[in-house]
Amino acid sequence: MELSLSTRTVDDRTVLEVGGEIDVYTAPQLREQLIAVVEGGARYVIVDLSRVDFLDSTGLGVLVGGLKRLRSVGGEFVLVCAHERLLKIFRITGLDRVFTLYDSVDAAAAGSGDGNLG
Amino acid sequence: MPTVRLCFSPAPAHVRTARLVGVAVARRSGLADELLDEVRLAIGEACSRAVALHRRHHLRDMIEIVIAADERFTVTVTDRAPIDAVLGARLPDPAELPDPMALLDGAQQRHGATEAAEEDVVVGMGFALLAGLVDDLSVRPAAVGAGTDVCMSWPISARRP
Repeated sequence: MELSLSTRTVDDRTVLEVGGEIDVYTAPQLREQLIAVVEGGARYVIVDLSRVDFLDSTGLGVLVGGLKRLRSVGGEFVLVCAHERLLKIFRITGLDRVFTLYDSVDAAAAGSGDGNLG
Repeated sequence: MPTVRLCFSPAPAHVRTARLVGVAVARRSGLADELLDEVRLAIGEACSRAVALHRRHHLRDMIEIVIAADERFTVTVTDRAPIDAVLGARLPDPAELPDPMALLDGAQQRHGATEAAEEDVVVGMGFALLAGLVDDLSVRPAAVGAGTDVCMSWPISARRP
């Protein structure tokens, strides 16, 4: 399965739903979509990784790029990720300390707590 | 020793093929199910690294992946990029994981551009992932010719097909 991308709005939050595999081949599509979302004016972006089967370092790089782009315009960039398979990747790389992680879109949209699944 | 040998041109699209082949052989070799995700990610990272090196050096040579299963499940990914002094010095120690915040700040200071920061994250995190996933990992000059071998192995459980 390759990459699928779709966006929707929850309250004033932009939710980017990602499915399939984020790797060296598909990551450029995700980068382009994130740039388009930010250039379209979104300032609170939730990237929902719930349907992602595979994520590698190229995908992590694109997510870090998204975080930096949102921060540079005073926005917020959070992730939804509940699968242990992906959470392990964030832990190994230490990026669980960089990203705000939620276990559901509802929790992310509410901005409840401090994120990071807590 | 059952062996599968796969060669592919340095195109990102082929990395997925290498992952699929690697996991198929791992499954057939009796590797424990809980290790298959790790094998898939590790092969992907090693092949992505090789593709990036070939593209950086404008090489059209094939990247080779050799998969063998005997006492252990072993994967070797060989690139053909020149090992000059600079590259040699930059081969990271798998035991040292980069601090992601320092990586981000450093990349931002050096490049000031988001795309370049992403590239630094990919380079640093790729090896962090390999080191974190694979207990038995080595990076060494290729056994034959130019390039480097990334060698990884995992234990095979008692259950065999």
